[in-house]
Amino acid sequence: MNWLGKLNLSAIPLDQPIIMGATAFMVLFVVFILGWITLKGYWAYLWNEWLTSIDHKRIGVMYVVLALLMLLRGSTDAIMMRAQQALAAGAAQGYLPPEHFDQVFSAHGTIMIFFMAMPFIIGVMNFVVPLQLGVRDMAFPTLNSVALWLTASGILLTNISLAVGEFAHTGWVAYPPLSELQFSPGVGVDYYLWALQISGIGTLMTGINFVTTILKMRAPGMGYMRMPVFCWTALASNLLIVAAFPILTATFAMLLLDRYLGFHFFSVDGGGNPMMYVNLFWSWGHPEVYILVLPAFGIFSEVVSTFSGKPLFGYRSMVAATMAICVLSFVVWLHHFFTMGASANVNGFFGVMTMIIAVPTGVKIFNWLFTMYGGRVRFTVPILWSIGFIVTFVIGGMTGVLLAVPPADFQLHNSLFLVAHFHNVIIGGVVFGLMAGYNYWFPKVFGFRLDEGWGRASFWCWFIGFYLAFIPLYVLGLMGMTRRMQHYDNVAWQPWLWVAAAGAAVILAGIICQIVQLIVSIRERERLRDTTGDPWNGRTLEWSTSSPPPAWNFAVLPHVTARDAFWDTKQHARGKPQPTQKREYRSIEMPNKSPTGFINAFFAVVIGFSMIWHIWWMAGLGVLGALVTVLAFAFRSTEEIEIPAEQLAEFDRTHPVEIAV
Amino acid sequence: MSIGVEINALPPEALPIPSEAGPASKRIVVAYGFWIFILSDIVMFSALFAAYAVLVHATAGGATGVQLFNQGSVAIETACLLASSYTCGLMTLSVRSRNYAGIYLAALVTFVLGAAFLGLELREFAGMIARGATPQSSAFLSAFFTLVGCHGLHVTVGLGWLVVMMAQVSIKYITPAVERRLLCFAIFWHALDIIWVCLFTFVYLIGVRP
Repeated sequence: MNWLGKLNLSAIPLDQPIIMGATAFMVLFVVFILGWITLKGYWAYLWNEWLTSIDHKRIGVMYVVLALLMLLRGSTDAIMMRAQQALAAGAAQGYLPPEHFDQVFSAHGTIMIFFMAMPFIIGVMNFVVPLQLGVRDMAFPTLNSVALWLTASGILLTNISLAVGEFAHTGWVAYPPLSELQFSPGVGVDYYLWALQISGIGTLMTGINFVTTILKMRAPGMGYMRMPVFCWTALASNLLIVAAFPILTATFAMLLLDRYLGFHFFSVDGGGNPMMYVNLFWSWGHPEVYILVLPAFGIFSEVVSTFSGKPLFGYRSMVAATMAICVLSFVVWLHHFFTMGASANVNGFFGVMTMIIAVPTGVKIFNWLFTMYGGRVRFTVPILWSIGFIVTFVIGGMTGVLLAVPPADFQLHNSLFLVAHFHNVIIGGVVFGLMAGYNYWFPKVFGFRLDEGWGRASFWCWFIGFYLAFIPLYVLGLMGMTRRMQHYDNVAWQPWLWVAAAGAAVILAGIICQIVQLIVSIRERERLRDTTGDPWNGRTLEWSTSSPPPAWNFAVLPHVTARDAFWDTKQHARGKPQPTQKREYRSIEMPNKSPTGFINAFFAVVIGFSMIWHIWWMAGLGVLGALVTVLAFAFRSTEEIEIPAEQLAEFDRTHPVEIAV
Repeated sequence: MSIGVEINALPPEALPIPSEAGPASKRIVVAYGFWIFILSDIVMFSALFAAYAVLVHATAGGATGVQLFNQGSVAIETACLLASSYTCGLMTLSVRSRNYAGIYLAALVTFVLGAAFLGLELREFAGMIARGATPQSSAFLSAFFTLVGCHGLHVTVGLGWLVVMMAQVSIKYITPAVERRLLCFAIFWHALDIIWVCLFTFVYLIGVRP
């Protein structure tokens, strides 16, 4: 018996200079970070204040840090693909061999969706939602930490695949029969499946946590029609997580059974049905699109309303549109594969449903436009991203409606037109929204604003780079170029791919501007300091507490009497004498920090890694370890710590913002 | 005076609108969150049910449900599981009245009934595999073993959870946290019943129609 399963030294691709170079860079980066932490003696601080923290704000920050790191990884993949396609025309073969190119596009899609967009969105929701609801934490703070670290486990496994073994060659959707053992005998698909299974469980926990928090834990007086729109979109997004992610878990479990135990769910023999995978995958996959974009819509709503100095136009219609999209997202999955061969009536139904989704989305676009109309729009970085979004997203939406027509889709299916369309809505919608949110809430998170100049530079690079990179792909799609081509013979395509590569370079310049923006802002934080807690003249409750907020968010829970609760309070307080009576502070109980999430994630990585490499005994140990960790948590002696009233009063004396209104 | 009577005695305007009443109590938050989890679990089962429905006739020339299923054995299984739900309900009542002997007794009976269910299910699986009807032999059997096995796995987890809860009751007694966990366990156990009723109908009753 081999104690290391399928694992041996040949798993490390020593003969591949590009992969080994990337691996060396990654290892050096990690060693540098760990060494820096050790030299500075930050381990105790890191462990006590961050890794074991169950504070929703810190968990949110850690999610966003993970997402930004993965944005760099995923963008590197993107630039590699653009460079390959710019070169590999006619006789030229480019610099990436096909089996490596396949892994690059699979990793790019997987990382960008699951490990960049998802953690970013979840991170922002984590930080913002409890503050906007006027409460002190999530419904299940420790579960929140477990979810974060399970996501991190999935990210770690995906990145280990670069150095040890390989990643999937199948594209980010891993359709069978290609992803079955018969056609993908390597560990690539197993890395994909285990990484996504583990992080998917984390995401499901997040969904349950948010739904419970938003529906059961709001400040007194905050009825549903007084909730900030971002909370509504977060609710819709998390309802979708709860309803969609279990489908993905079940689907991947079936594929795993096929690969590990020779079951016949999606195999070509034994009666298996590969198209069932495609249907199940997109029953999750289409709601996933809205899981990502709905919170981005929420961010735009907050940003547009704040910087226009007006309440959001058509709040109720915005809520209705959000919930309509939430429901409709479950009845359009078949438009991802009209070419399956379903009858014209089936394709017709899904085409019409897809077009109907454009209606509530259009309602939202008009609401944002009417919010800005007649307002005094302050052109800060977040509003630039929002306006850039409106323009870009409308184009993406229109090409989406075009693709929803089944006969048109038969021509455009799997072409670069499709690639251009979904990047158009995901970059133009989700990424632009996240960047708006990042700039908008940064002062709340860290107590100082981000530098405006570099922020603008970053926006314009991204905006122009996006059009340069993706409009050519629409053209190429109409010219007949299919997606995922490592090499092509038609040299007429090449000039367009040069433009696209240049666009990718401009986007890279935008990312570099963002890194510079962060460094410059940290250096000049005293100049950019936000002492008021309300740097943008905000409308919702997160701006009513100090920047950064204390661990308990609000010493006394706010009483909400109107929509845009903080704005309302400011309007009433204007010109009136400040209340003279002292606040009644009562000591509050906060849940204790817990290493459960982090330790659990360690065992999750052990389980994932040993299952990928068939090291069964180690997988058993991993399960045992996770079980003991959970039991230790269930039998813990102290569940909560008490924060005394004096500490609350002292904080408010030194940070007088919350009392000022 | 009970809470209900006290609330009725108040003028209606003195009570806040439920959605504006502020954060709910921990008991409600925990139970609500657990219900959401149960819903997600049911969605996962629905994907497995869908797969079964797609593949039920894909027997690849092998055995069909009519040939394999033994309704007598499954009926006893069902009786065990439904009865265990009843005793689980009795346990919840004992928890409410802090009747420790009642809790342990009801938990023991629940455990024995659950284990009997699991034993019968494993015997059915072993019998089918002995006849060559393995999950590897056809898509129908892959789907069958996965769907029924996933429910069985849930029952196994439930039994382990019940043991842990009894350890908690004996060590920590009924603290508010332990009581919330027992409540979640009860929700979980009853939900397994709901899924089994669907499974029984869908797989074993409809499945043996000629």
